[in-house]
Amino acid sequence: MKSDVKLLDSHGKRIDGRKTDELRDIKIEVGVLHRAEGSCYLEWGGNKVIAAVYGPREAVPRHTQNPLKAIINARYNMAAFSVEDRKKPGPDRRSREISKVISEALEKVVLTERFPRASIDVNVEILDAEAGTRCAGLTAAAVALADAGIPMRDIPVACAAGKVEGKVVLDLGKEEDNFGDADLPIAISPRTNEILLLQMDGHLTLDEFDQALELAMKGCHIVSDIQKKAIMKKYENTKEA
Amino acid sequence: MTLTPSIKRDYLIKLAEKGKRADGREFNEYRNIELETNIISKAEGSARVKIGNTQVVVGIKMDVGEPYPDALESGVMSTAAELIPLASPDFEAGPPREDAIELARVVDRGIRESQVIELEKLCVEPGEKVCIVFIDIHVIDYDGNLFDAASLAALAALMTATVPAKRLELGEDFPLPLKSPPVSCTSVKFNNVVVMDASLDEEEIAEARLTVATDENGDLRAMQKGLNGSFDVQEIKKVIKSSIDNGKKIREILYKNVGK
Repeated sequence: MKSDVKLLDSHGKRIDGRKTDELRDIKIEVGVLHRAEGSCYLEWGGNKVIAAVYGPREAVPRHTQNPLKAIINARYNMAAFSVEDRKKPGPDRRSREISKVISEALEKVVLTERFPRASIDVNVEILDAEAGTRCAGLTAAAVALADAGIPMRDIPVACAAGKVEGKVVLDLGKEEDNFGDADLPIAISPRTNEILLLQMDGHLTLDEFDQALELAMKGCHIVSDIQKKAIMKKYENTKEA
Repeated sequence: MTLTPSIKRDYLIKLAEKGKRADGREFNEYRNIELETNIISKAEGSARVKIGNTQVVVGIKMDVGEPYPDALESGVMSTAAELIPLASPDFEAGPPREDAIELARVVDRGIRESQVIELEKLCVEPGEKVCIVFIDIHVIDYDGNLFDAASLAALAALMTATVPAKRLELGEDFPLPLKSPPVSCTSVKFNNVVVMDASLDEEEIAEARLTVATDENGDLRAMQKGLNGSFDVQEIKKVIKSSIDNGKKIREILYKNVGK
């Protein structure tokens, strides 16, 4: 899509004042819900996300059970009031797809073989949306899983890179998402750098893709540190007890 | 609904016989209420209410559309509730079921019947074009007494809402026109005791429920009885009195937070 919006000024500053390799502000809080086994509240720029984990519990309906391992059941849902024009409540094709890719990304790191026939339900609610909700959602879901004490090989983390006005930038903002040239959200296992989720739309040359992937990876590792600090913080005060 | 083990039921009933509740509250005492507004930047108005561990978020969105054929010069309001699986191990994904529908309708009635929103001021072209106000209730954490949490959050969200007239191409933005709202208080009864602001455990063993909405003057504006148990006249009178008292306190919290 073309527009008159100037996304990048002559000094390489972006429309919201960030540098090309700068993330939006991220705030993570762990254990915010009372009923859930594990939960997380995350703000990423203008995104506000809550994730809650229930289980492992018996998977229903029964035909979804796997006799050898647990299934991961992530459900990405947008609140009706989270976007400019009210979204009709309930899952649509977009949120079903995002739910699927998030489930699959998480499944790789969770030790599902420990819980045959169980389901681990991960609910991701987008309360306020502003570009990059799937990365924010997955990042919050991973923290909620850790908070629930679900055994995992690693704490997965997601971040996007993209291209605006021909330049590769980290973590697209709202206008950049709408009018930019490409978007590349990825999720990785930060310990091994394995890629758990990767989607791309827009137009990138091979060279630009390499740059974008490297930048997104770098972003993931920064977010990963924020995740770990948030989790540690919850248990900081319980050290002596 | 989860099964409340009979041990827990016996415990709550025994405590109640001694005039106590599991969390140490008086029978007509509310849990701590927290209220925050303007938490969703994309919404026209929004609020988060916590009553104890129960947490509800309400967002207001607006749009233009056609009026109802029986009220051609009035705006339209619509209330929906989602009991999303995030909020409780017992909630399931999918279209709203009985519980969610009852919740939405009780909140809707409290606002609609006392004409809190001045819908006649939301008419753009009579019979053709009016503003539609969507009230969306999102339950985030369920630990009892959704009715009060949801209606309080809906009121707070409405009272801080702005009509996005510019976006809808109707001129300058203006605050949503409102009248003073009634405040709802809910009590439940089990084993012949009546408690206000039931916790989840109390709600699960409740035989009857009564929601009372009172206005600024302490007059009654709406009532709804639920569940299959019954109240006697004395109990009803007592519930109304406690609802007026608690309604006053909740109204103070509401006004303080929306800056009125």
